[in-house]
Amino acid sequence: MWARTEEILPYALLLPSLVFLALLILIPMVQALLLAIQADSGEFTTAYLQRMAVDVNFNDAWRNTLLLIVLIVPLQIVLALAMALLVNSRFKGHQWFLYVYAIPLAISDLAAGILWLAVFTERGYLNTAAQGLGIVDQAKVYLSFENFGGLVAAIVIAESWRATAIVMVILVAGLQLIPRDFFEAADLFGANRLRRTLYVVLPLLRPSLQSALIIRTIFAFQTFAVVLALAGRNMPVIAAEAYSWYANNRDAHLAASYALLLLGLTIVFTFVYLRVLGLREAEVKR
Amino acid sequence: MAGIRMQGIVKTFGKTTAIKEISLEVKDGEFLVLLGPSGCGKTTLLRCIAGLETVDAGRIFIGDRDVTDLPPRHRNIAMVFQSYAVFPHMTVRSNIGFGLRMKRVPKPQLERRVQEGAALLALEPFLDRYPAQLSGGQRQRVAVARALVMDAPVLLMDEPLSNLDALLRLQARADLKRLHREVKRTTVYVTHDQVEAMSMGDRIAVMREGVIEQCEPPMQLYTNPASQFVGGFIGSPPMNFLRGRTKAGAFEGEGFSLPMDGSRVEDGRELLLGIRAEQIRFGERGVPARVQVVEPLGATALVTVLVGKVPVKVDAPVNTTVRPDQNVSLAFEPADIRWMDATTGAALAH
Repeated sequence: MWARTEEILPYALLLPSLVFLALLILIPMVQALLLAIQADSGEFTTAYLQRMAVDVNFNDAWRNTLLLIVLIVPLQIVLALAMALLVNSRFKGHQWFLYVYAIPLAISDLAAGILWLAVFTERGYLNTAAQGLGIVDQAKVYLSFENFGGLVAAIVIAESWRATAIVMVILVAGLQLIPRDFFEAADLFGANRLRRTLYVVLPLLRPSLQSALIIRTIFAFQTFAVVLALAGRNMPVIAAEAYSWYANNRDAHLAASYALLLLGLTIVFTFVYLRVLGLREAEVKR
Repeated sequence: MAGIRMQGIVKTFGKTTAIKEISLEVKDGEFLVLLGPSGCGKTTLLRCIAGLETVDAGRIFIGDRDVTDLPPRHRNIAMVFQSYAVFPHMTVRSNIGFGLRMKRVPKPQLERRVQEGAALLALEPFLDRYPAQLSGGQRQRVAVARALVMDAPVLLMDEPLSNLDALLRLQARADLKRLHREVKRTTVYVTHDQVEAMSMGDRIAVMREGVIEQCEPPMQLYTNPASQFVGGFIGSPPMNFLRGRTKAGAFEGEGFSLPMDGSRVEDGRELLLGIRAEQIRFGERGVPARVQVVEPLGATALVTVLVGKVPVKVDAPVNTTVRPDQNVSLAFEPADIRWMDATTGAALAH
């Protein structure tokens, strides 16, 4: 009797979360998938995907999304790595830095977008400060559809500010998993700080870098609120298109098609990360 | 080639003093063992030499160079870590060549030296493997090879054998000793295993609570321990100690009295009589004792007897006739006795 309880117990304990995941994630996900490839009549069709492909914003949307990822993710990884190495060097007061860095994590992305809008808008903090310091005479317009570079820069800055901390937290945790002996051995065998980082720390940090990249890229694909707050519809991205087709155009099928595109791209990127940064079999197995 | 000179080294961690003013010289090409129980400061002292810890006071010289304020990489040393610290993301080849690569040694020379290092430790078949594909003993040899190819005049080893199983440890011990004879680097070797220390060291520095109790060649340490602690730490079984008091030219303990050349020792002083197990015989006269256990060990038998309530170990021939509960007398030559002060544990000059 006892043995049977022992066997059932793990499954019983997992059941609530399984039900939760199924109800709130798995079933809606399958439904969304079906929306993209199934007509209201019930027959399977590629018509929605085709319509998405000729949609006026389609090319801009995927190009902008990829552009933002290419700009934001490497920038964030480099910044987060620098911050993580700094925090991990255990200088006096290093824990304060960890907290300060982590503050933006507590702010919702829409709030972050609005916050940066207040900085970059025509009568925002940036212009006020620049005018006050006498750097410019007239307020500059950073955020307009005519100034694509300004829009991209503002979004990259806002996103980096908002979400670099999560990457840093993952990397700090990863750094702390590396036994001190490896750092000391590198020091002892003649590596300076830079070479120690390049030859020892980064390679040993690969598992954490991998997780950080996957998480960051997935979230960067979904960048939405910050873009909407700063650029409105002047800068179409995939996630915003999905939202717009659903909320404004009342077309769930096209919205689902965009979502499917997002899923596909995410899978491709994740696969690449797993392959490129994964540990070689020989490194872990006998 | 270079020796190491330490002058008045002090190292504290917060409120605890790990090393209390140690001065020690390691001669060029010498194999010095730092021996002591855990927490005695031996690893800390080694890490100070390596530069992995900064000292609070004192100077460290390697050769004629004051290295006290230099980072590890500028001290011209190589080290074998207790955990080996063999990089898991590099092949054996890259691991052995790591130090040379950091020193920007030209490639042909680097490859030749890696090959030599691998040959010295019989690692050639594994050069392209990753550490995860090696056994513990092989990984330990990679760590040693990585240190040796540096051609640094000073080699530091932090308990390099403690993670190996007993049989492998014997083999690796002999290998390390042979290697030292071949390459003749100044070596500082940390261990808590007194057998390892005895078999490998040119000299052994026995440490306790941050100080060096005695630093001498192994046999001298064994026969003339400077203190009760050293006598009890070195040798298996450890030295036996009997407590007593001097009285009118004799040493009187619990239930026994021995004539003593007491001219140098004042009356009424409390002393310890130290005697090695193999120097005790069962005789007609001597210290009365009662046999407790007889353990045949193959070549000899280890007999535990009680003098009063104090257990004493006796190395007897394996065919000894003594039996448990038998009353015996322990006899030994006065010259083999080491007298220690009962309060300080320090040996009396003899």
